[in-house]
Parts: sequence; C-alpha cells; structure tokens
Amino acid sequence: MLTIFIVITATFFIMHIVPGGPFTGEKAVSESVQAAMEAKYGLDKPLIVQYGTYLHDLIFNFDLGPSLKQKGREVTEIIADGFAVSAKLGLVAAAWGCLVGIILGCIAAIKRNTFVDRLIMVISTAFISMPSFIVGSLLLMIFACNLGWFPANGADSGGMFLPVLTLGLVPMANITRLTRSSMLEVLGQGYIRTAKAKGIASNKILFSHALKNAIIPDITYFGPLIASIVTGSLVVEQIFAVPGIGRAFVQSIVNRDYTVVMGTTIVLACLVVIMNLLSDILYKAVDPRIELK
Amino acid sequence: MNKTPLNLQINMDNFLPATDKDKEQVKTMSKPSTYLKDGFKQLLKNKVATVSAIIIIVIALAAIFIPIFWPYHYEDQLGNQPHQPVDASYCNLAPFQYGTTEQAKIDNGEFVFPHIFGTDAAGRDYFIRTIYGTRISLAVGFFASIMVLIIGFVMGSISGFFGGKVDMVIMRIVDIFYSVPDMLIIVLLAAVIKEPLTALLAGTPLESIGSNIISMFIVFCLLYWVSMARQVRGQILTLREQDYVTASRAAGGKSFWIIMKHLLPNCIGIIIVYTALQIPAAIFTESYLSFLGLGVNAPMPSLGSLASDALNGMMTYFYRLIIPAVVVSLIVLSLNLFGDGLRDAFDPKLDKQGDK
Repeated sequence: MLTIFIVITATFFIMHIVPGGPFTGEKAVSESVQAAMEAKYGLDKPLIVQYGTYLHDLIFNFDLGPSLKQKGREVTEIIADGFAVSAKLGLVAAAWGCLVGIILGCIAAIKRNTFVDRLIMVISTAFISMPSFIVGSLLLMIFACNLGWFPANGADSGGMFLPVLTLGLVPMANITRLTRSSMLEVLGQGYIRTAKAKGIASNKILFSHALKNAIIPDITYFGPLIASIVTGSLVVEQIFAVPGIGRAFVQSIVNRDYTVVMGTTIVLACLVVIMNLLSDILYKAVDPRIELK
Repeated sequence: MNKTPLNLQINMDNFLPATDKDKEQVKTMSKPSTYLKDGFKQLLKNKVATVSAIIIIVIALAAIFIPIFWPYHYEDQLGNQPHQPVDASYCNLAPFQYGTTEQAKIDNGEFVFPHIFGTDAAGRDYFIRTIYGTRISLAVGFFASIMVLIIGFVMGSISGFFGGKVDMVIMRIVDIFYSVPDMLIIVLLAAVIKEPLTALLAGTPLESIGSNIISMFIVFCLLYWVSMARQVRGQILTLREQDYVTASRAAGGKSFWIIMKHLLPNCIGIIIVYTALQIPAAIFTESYLSFLGLGVNAPMPSLGSLASDALNGMMTYFYRLIIPAVVVSLIVLSLNLFGDGLRDAFDPKLDKQGDK
C-alpha cells in the first residue's frame, strides 16, 4: 500500500514540477485562452490542492480525471480500452511462456549435460539477452513483411500472434532456467529414489512426484513476469501498432498528456505490486515448508 | 653394485644427501597468490567467459579507435557538399555502392573509401554510424555502472555498518524501489527531465553531450543503486562482526577509515561482479529508451535509435535493422556471460542457478 501511495505521489509531483505544460504546444495560444484552459482542468490552483483533489477522486470515485489532449475522454476510459487489449495480449503471452518454459526446463533437467540440455540453455540465455524491441522488429520483418504469413498490424485477430510470441519469449527463457535448476534439485531428493525403488514407472515419477515440487519456485517468478510483460508491452505494442495500454502510455508521454501518463503509471505499478504480493502469498500457501519473512 | 634381489646389502645411493633439485620436487608450497589473482586464474579457465571477454574487448577497441581514422563522420551527409545542390544519389546506398561524384572519381582511377554498410536515408555512412552507436551504448553502460557502483556502495555500507534506524530507513527506500516497475519510472523520468535539463545545460560544456544522455545517467543513478546497495549491505553485515573490525575500532579507527580500509577490500568480489552485471543492464535500458525515442539526441546515433529508424525502411533496407540488432545482442549477451563467469570466479558462495 505504501509503495502504491508513494508511486502516486511521486508521479504526480514529477509531472507537475516540470515546466512546459500540456498547453504549451506548437501553436501559440493567447494568455487568456491558456488561463481559461488551465482553469477548466484545475491547473491554476496551488499544487497541493490539485494533489488533494486528485487523490480524493482516485480513492473515492476511482476517477483519474479527464484526458488533457484527447477531448472529452476520461483517463479511466482510455485505460480501460487499452487494458482490455493489453491484458489479452499479456495473458496469452504469459500462458505460453510458462507452459513452454516448464516443458523445456524439464527436458533440459532430464537430459542434463547432453547436447539437448546445452542447446536449450544457450537458446534461453540468448533470449534473455536480446532486447524485446530487437526480437519484435526481427519477427515483424521476417514473418510479416518478407514471408507475409501474419498481418503486420497487431490490431487484427491474426496479428496478435507475433506480439504474443515476442512478449512471451523472455518469460519463457527465465522459466526454463528456473524450472531446470529446481527440477535438478528435486530429482536428487530421497523421495524420488524411494519412488524409483518401489518400481514406479519413470514417467509417473516425473509427472506426479517431481514436477509438482519443481514448479513451486516458478511461482516466485509471477511478479517479475508481470513486470517484464508490462515493460515489453511498451515496445511491442509500439512495433506492432497494438492499441493497448503500453502504446497509450508512450504516446501520452510524447504528447505530455499528464493525466493519462499518471493514470497509466499508477495502474501498471499497482498491477506489478499486487502481483508481487500475490505471488508471495501463493508461494507460502502452496508449500507450507516455506516461512514468510 | 650387485643387484640380486635376495642380497641384503644396503644400496648406499639411497642415502646420499638430497640435491637442490630433489628438494625442489618435495616442495608443496606454491607461490603466494592473492584473492584477485586467484579469481582471474579461475576466470581464464572458464572458456565461455574468456571468449565473451575477447568479444567485448574487440568491440570496445573498434568503437574507440575506428572513428579516429575512418574517412567519414557520423553526421556528415555525403550528398550535401557546401556550395553545391544536394546530391540525392548518396542517399540509401546499398553496401559497397558509391554516389555519382564518387563513381566519377573511381572512374578516374582515384581511390574512394567504400561504404561498407551503405548509407542511410540522409546519405550518412552507415558503418560509422553503427560504430558511433556502439561507442555511445558502451560509454553509457560503463559510466552508468560506475556511478551506480559508487552510490550503491556508499548507501549499502552506511546502511550495513551503522545499522539501526539508518539501516531501516535506507532499506525501506530500497524495498520501495525494488517493487516499483523500474522501466515505467525510467521512461517517465527520461521524458520528463529532458526539458529542464536542456535549459540548465545550455552554454555549459556538457551541452555537447546532449541532455538526453545526462538525463539517462540521472535515471540510472536514481533507480539502479538499490541492488548494489543490498548486496554490499549483506556483505558488510557479516564483515563488521569480524575481529579485525573490533581491533581497528579499539585502536581508535574512525568509521570512515574502517569502511574504506577494512570493509571495502573485503567486498571487492561482490562489487566487481555486480558492476559487471550492471553494464549490460544499462546498455539494455539505453537502447530500449533510444528505441522509444527517449534516448540520445537526434543526430547522434545509438544502437537503439538506429534500429528504430530502420523500422521505417524495413522492407527494402532490412540489413539496417539487422546490423544494430546483432551488435546490441552480441554486446549484451557477451557481457552477461562474462559477468556470470566473474561471479563464479570471484564469489563461489553465491548460488549458481542452472548449475549441476
């Protein structure tokens, strides 16, 4: 809670202390018009009053104020529109990232120190190191422009494929590494040997004994996972022209649309903070051996 | 001497005094080795890390020295000579092609330096732009890490050494920075600081570097010191209970003295490792920001802004996207692998994820 509050406060003051308001654009506006505009959005009041109003509206009405640049639209509305698109994108990306990551991690652990293992590890290290904008642009170039398999515009239904692929790569690589190391640890445990000694089929040992325990540490990755998808979406939505929340954020920064920027930051920050908290709680709930610090 | 096996006569040769050479063989002591020497020896054994280090060194040397003798400059628009109409034949050249006037020179038998990667839409030599972009990315990464190192060490050592309330306050701040999505804040700050900085810097020597890079540094310093501070604090918490710290204090050592003289050298492993791992993170962020258009100022290239410019002409000039993409991935990948190698070499206590 404290973190969220500090983020709100910091964002608000950063955006307001900086000179150059949303109305100091290219067009020269006369003094009186500017004053009228500022009065309309309450920008003429003292900073602390603005802050109080903003907090009050946010907490009691969940109202983030009107957009300063897009006439007649509420920030909440813009965010809700973008969020629906981004959430779909992010969830699908997270889902395939987790699934493929766990599978690859298991394969790497079972075939450890073989060629397959090394190949998987090299690929996942490479994906962690490649910035998402590079991967995104390359995918766009190869599959959308040169081969023409998918539409380049992410707003179409088929066009979701490439952005989802790009977004999921980094989580996938991280989960692969995590699963591999935890799987190796689990496979060395006594109860696995007991199960083997009892003559249980190795497939069954793997799925019902080892895997259940091996994916517990993956839960801790939920927080960073959301963070990395949020970060990635800023760029990926830009590349593939997806009308999501990340694109709204970047564009409103360029346009100096204060209220949208603040609103987006707060929503995304809350999302990450809540996911972090949730993954901590879940971690504890799934495995009672772990003590919450 | 008689050598039948049953002969009980003693072989007197076995009782000769040992020569110096023999003595040398028995010596089990090796030459004294320091912590750093040990670490580097360990590092050299790690093939992946060594190869990565070589790649980084080659790239860094190229980025530093090639612009000195290269005949083109990163902001020269080759078709744009003084007192002449703009020569559009210089724009968008493919690799190893020449503009019309250059072609004429070549036909006359003169030597013209080739445009290895061609030129961009404004007729600027793309090879030198890539090199410059690399130089900027590396410089940003390196200096940002140094600053993060200084701030992180100071905060971490203060927090760990003094403990109590100071520790609590600093660690609270660290926790907050930790849970906030850093990229959001970075993008926000980078966009916001830009203008006041431009005004502030006007007229100072720093102006030529560009306000964007400076604002990027500020952002890095503000946000990235936390992980370094955490590591240093953890190390110092255990170190400060050591007897030599007590001894130093009993002998009248001041806190500053103890930190600098006794604690800093013992944290050096962690510091090296985390600084090395910070560099790729900073380069990553820099190219990310430049890609979004929040990075370096316009005529100056950076690997991120080169890639983002290339997106527009992607269909015809695909190599312009691939070149910076490959360079930035190579740099980040080898720095990461090198950092991992450093960690294994200098900090055996740290958990090695993904190892057997």
